[in-house]
Amino acid sequence: MRSEARWAFIFALPALIGFAVWVAGPLLASFVISLSDWRVGASLHIAGFQNYARMLSSDKLFPKSLLATTYFSFTSVPLTILVSFAVAVLLNQRIVGVAAFRTLLYLPSIVPSVASAMLWLWLFNPNFGLLNYLLSIVGLPKLLWLRDEVQVIPSLVLMSIWRMGGSMVIFIAALQGVPQSLYEAVEIDGGGAWRKLVHVTIPLMTPALFFNFIIGFINSFQLFTRPYIMTEGGPDNASLSLVYYVFLNGFRYGRMGYASSLAWTLFVVILVLTLLFFRFSRSLVYYETKDR
Amino acid sequence: MSAMRRSLHSRILLYFLVVVVVVVFSLPFVWVLRSSVMTTAELFQFPPQWVPHPFSWKNYQDALTVVPFGRYFLNSTLVTLTTILGSVLISSLAAFSFSHLRWRGRNVLFMVLLSSLMMPYIVTLIPSFIMWRYLGGIDTFLPLVLPSWFGTGVGGAFNIFLLRQFFLTIPSELDEAAYMDGASPLAVYWYVMLPLSVPGLLVVTIITFGWAWNDLLAPLVYLISPSRFTLAIGLTEFATAYSIQWNLLMAASAVVILPVLVVYVVFQRYFIQGIALTGLKV
Repeated sequence: MRSEARWAFIFALPALIGFAVWVAGPLLASFVISLSDWRVGASLHIAGFQNYARMLSSDKLFPKSLLATTYFSFTSVPLTILVSFAVAVLLNQRIVGVAAFRTLLYLPSIVPSVASAMLWLWLFNPNFGLLNYLLSIVGLPKLLWLRDEVQVIPSLVLMSIWRMGGSMVIFIAALQGVPQSLYEAVEIDGGGAWRKLVHVTIPLMTPALFFNFIIGFINSFQLFTRPYIMTEGGPDNASLSLVYYVFLNGFRYGRMGYASSLAWTLFVVILVLTLLFFRFSRSLVYYETKDR
Repeated sequence: MSAMRRSLHSRILLYFLVVVVVVVFSLPFVWVLRSSVMTTAELFQFPPQWVPHPFSWKNYQDALTVVPFGRYFLNSTLVTLTTILGSVLISSLAAFSFSHLRWRGRNVLFMVLLSSLMMPYIVTLIPSFIMWRYLGGIDTFLPLVLPSWFGTGVGGAFNIFLLRQFFLTIPSELDEAAYMDGASPLAVYWYVMLPLSVPGLLVVTIITFGWAWNDLLAPLVYLISPSRFTLAIGLTEFATAYSIQWNLLMAASAVVILPVLVVYVVFQRYFIQGIALTGLKV
């Protein structure tokens, strides 16, 4: 037994060292740096919570980027989940060639994010892009998409919906785990498709829903590739995401101190959201094992 | 009879819906392929044409020669393969320890490791960057690869979590039988755990492949010389340098997408199985 514990510790050691060196250590260091006015090439002075004060008072771009990120996250996550859930229900029916359909709908989510940003940049092109062409076919006016302050975030959300494959697969797997007997029970009680959905499918889907929401929020709050490649945060900083703003401050303007305080704020936002979600989920998520 | 007709109607509606959804989601791919083999003149026509005439295959040749795509491809392959190797080895060892071996503090430490999943990558990036500057690791692949040899970085804690889920499905009676025969925990890991979790190892390999191959932020921060660029930065650079030449850009994008699609289609079964497992047993 003693030797088992020793082996166990050795096996876990690299991961524990990695956690200390690349996670816990930098997290603390980042907080210390966030309390300084440190710029690249200068010496480090601890300046207290000055950066945080500046973030909340004089910096106009911080609230704007926080708002843009939150707006993106709170629209893209629910919409992506709604669409992927609907598609998963659709593809859970007995259909000829269902495997091929699933593959096709999954593919967008594995397209490398840089490549998908390029591809959508071209689709959004106001003059020669596919989207405005489709609008013109059905007789709708053309849109500016990424080049308009109001349309830019909804455009990025549209892209997220296209990449919903990951959460679709999770829903499909969860749907396949629903025992057929429960549906039969609803049928015996004279319930139709709607009752099956509301009383069986959705309650049993709550763990998968919860998982998709959490992963969705954590990822969408870290939006970076799309603003970096497609909009450079514009127009008029309307798509300036928090991570992109941190990147600009730290690695373009050399304001390491200020960038760290922004990054820490993002961390706290994600942490609080996740905790709230876990709290909230206790009353909403149905776990089979708990009741038994 | 009317019930049969009703069910026929709903089947037709079902197929109609599925086909519409599939067509809508596939359109962007069609558009890229079609744009990648068009001449610039053809590209800038309105209303746009669907079928290129003639097919300008030369775009691919041009796109791949104006920037050293071969070099980028090689760099991405090197970074991705070493990342996968480290991540699979270290995270499977840790996952074995966290699932089948008993030791004090095990569950607490596992939760601590798992908490790093909530942490945005950008928070640790600045101190890590400074650390690598002191160690002289800037403009090398080390900052991209080494963390995965310590169970963090790309994949990281997620892989440990995923493999632990797989290992938990292997009955501990098998370990005990091996211990009876005098095997060490290392032997149990190597001769019992790994052979029985090949699907799990494949899932982790594929997921790590996707992440390492796609990563933009870390290469952007750590790599400076164009000769060290990965495909993700290479494509970005290409776009800034040749932004007007959409046909070349689309050809280059298609080339970046292709390896990922091939890997996915080959390993599809495991991929879906693994994603399902992460989603259902949280």
